[in-house]
Amino acid sequence: MNQTTNAIRTVESTDTRHMFLNVGPSHPAMHGIIKIIVELDGERIVSSDVEIGYLHRAFEKEAERIPYNNVIPYTDRLNYVSPLINNFGYCLAIERLLDIEVTERCQYIRVIMSELSRICDHLTCVGASAMELGAFTVFLYMIKAREWLWELVEAVTGARLTISYGRVGGVKADLPEDFADQTRTALENVRKVLLECDTLLTRNRIFVDRMQDTGVISKELAISYGITGPFLRACGLALDTRKAQPYFVYDRFTFDVPTGAHGDNYDRYLVRMEEMEQSMRIVEQALATIPPGPINVDMHGNVLPATVMVDEAKMGRVAGFQQAHVTLDPTLQGSTRGFHDAVNALEKRAVLPAKEDTYGNIEGLMQHFKLIMLGHGIRPPSGEYYSAVEGANGELGFYVVSDGSDHPYRVRVRPPCFTIMAALPELLNDRMLADIVPTFGSVNMIGGELDR
Amino acid sequence: MPTTLTPLVQTRFPQQVVGTHHFRGQDTVIITREALSDVARFLRDDPALAFDFLMDLTCVDYQTFGRTPSSAPTLATPSPLPYYMNPKPVTEQWERLVDREAFRFDVVYHLYSSRLNHRLRVKVPLSVADLTMDSVTSVWHAANWFEREVWDMFGIHFAGHPNLKRLLMYDQFVGHPLRKDYPAHKRQPIIGPLN
Repeated sequence: MNQTTNAIRTVESTDTRHMFLNVGPSHPAMHGIIKIIVELDGERIVSSDVEIGYLHRAFEKEAERIPYNNVIPYTDRLNYVSPLINNFGYCLAIERLLDIEVTERCQYIRVIMSELSRICDHLTCVGASAMELGAFTVFLYMIKAREWLWELVEAVTGARLTISYGRVGGVKADLPEDFADQTRTALENVRKVLLECDTLLTRNRIFVDRMQDTGVISKELAISYGITGPFLRACGLALDTRKAQPYFVYDRFTFDVPTGAHGDNYDRYLVRMEEMEQSMRIVEQALATIPPGPINVDMHGNVLPATVMVDEAKMGRVAGFQQAHVTLDPTLQGSTRGFHDAVNALEKRAVLPAKEDTYGNIEGLMQHFKLIMLGHGIRPPSGEYYSAVEGANGELGFYVVSDGSDHPYRVRVRPPCFTIMAALPELLNDRMLADIVPTFGSVNMIGGELDR
Repeated sequence: MPTTLTPLVQTRFPQQVVGTHHFRGQDTVIITREALSDVARFLRDDPALAFDFLMDLTCVDYQTFGRTPSSAPTLATPSPLPYYMNPKPVTEQWERLVDREAFRFDVVYHLYSSRLNHRLRVKVPLSVADLTMDSVTSVWHAANWFEREVWDMFGIHFAGHPNLKRLLMYDQFVGHPLRKDYPAHKRQPIIGPLN
């Protein structure tokens, strides 16, 4: 008697239910380990829930157990695409607690390296999200460009990713000899790549259709969620810590803060592309105006081995030793002393001596001992400081509390992509399932800093 | 050079402000737990303050503050400086301003105003007997995940939070790992697949 059994099913008679779908934690279309649980009505997302924490490795707890300097390698692993900015942000907080200023040359180096990192970060973000939309060529081009920049980073820091280049009161070493020329060549090549990618993407119908009007967030909502960086600027608010509250020497450079108008994925893409150009402008200005360190003159115009230097000192011939170049056994070779003075603050409470001094004279050895041995170390006075630097994704904050011991009492990282991830449901709900891919790509989630 | 921010809060809430200080160019206001909702709204809506960004929300456990094993001076009586050295003048002193025994935790809010370009730190001391305070999710959306993280890591309960569950750790995790009395090497059983 049931007539509907063989009848054609209509929309009204079909029983439909919402479907739940786990996107992640490990999903081919998602870079990074994160789970998004979406409730689907057909292809439309009704609601979504974001689960994070898969990469939690207790950075903040670990930082409380180790001396101040030992935290620096951990900060590399926070944002592993632009680790230099993390290094400098952490060092800045400790320097403020200690109330010391780094040398001008060091500040320029920090600016240059931060901006190179920012370009790397944006290249990765734009390249990866373009790849997820099918533009594999762009990904390869951009990774090629990032490679040139990472070669520069490697030349300066000795590592590509786990750089540990920042030091409290300075940086590990000075820039290499021909760094300025190498950088100019690299930036020229990066510009060519960006032009190519711009041609491939910006007016590409497939790309624009996927990006435009997806993942839209209003300015007011973005502010309320505490979103900063390119994500906020794409909504139309020109907020940049480098401009608003300049740190290092950012106030000496001319650069623009690009903004979007719609707050969608396409605007974020455009903002990031423009920011790379602005970063290159900053690097070029900084390279043109970077002050030289002190000129190091050899005592007799020749290079002294450390052992000879010690013998000379025994005979009291020490005049001019401060300016002398010393070469050490290759296994002991660290930063050379002339460079060390140029890029590190004259602050015995915080800055490790040059390796030549540690191995070559008693004062250097004592200073080294006082900073390295257990129970000594850097000891900022009791206090707290929140340092805010502009990371590639937004404001990167380090809130450090000191109780006067050689361990940080509390280190809190304010990861820039954390607030964006918190707002992700707002961006996804009522959109298509396929929009997750470009939206999540433009968030530029970095698991290391999100989960710490 | 203290700014004019802290007096503004102090004149508006004379009873609720426990103390203020200015350290390394950053302003802090310490308020009582009960006043938080009112102060938060005032900070956001007052045109002279206009804190539209909640940049960061975190917590500090002061249980072992000043008692870190290495925090004692290396020498019982510091050796006197040589005659040709002058001690570095101590310009700023920092005090927590509340008693550690009575208030073990400080919940710390870092606020920023994009319109007026200034920052303020608000601290709310909490005693271990009652770790409940008001949620500010209705004032700033950003508080949602930040408060979940503080609940996860410190076990502070935010009344009025829409979805107060663990954020970084898993649901079966026992304890709150960033408390000072949580041992860093403590192991917990591996949780298998849930379904």
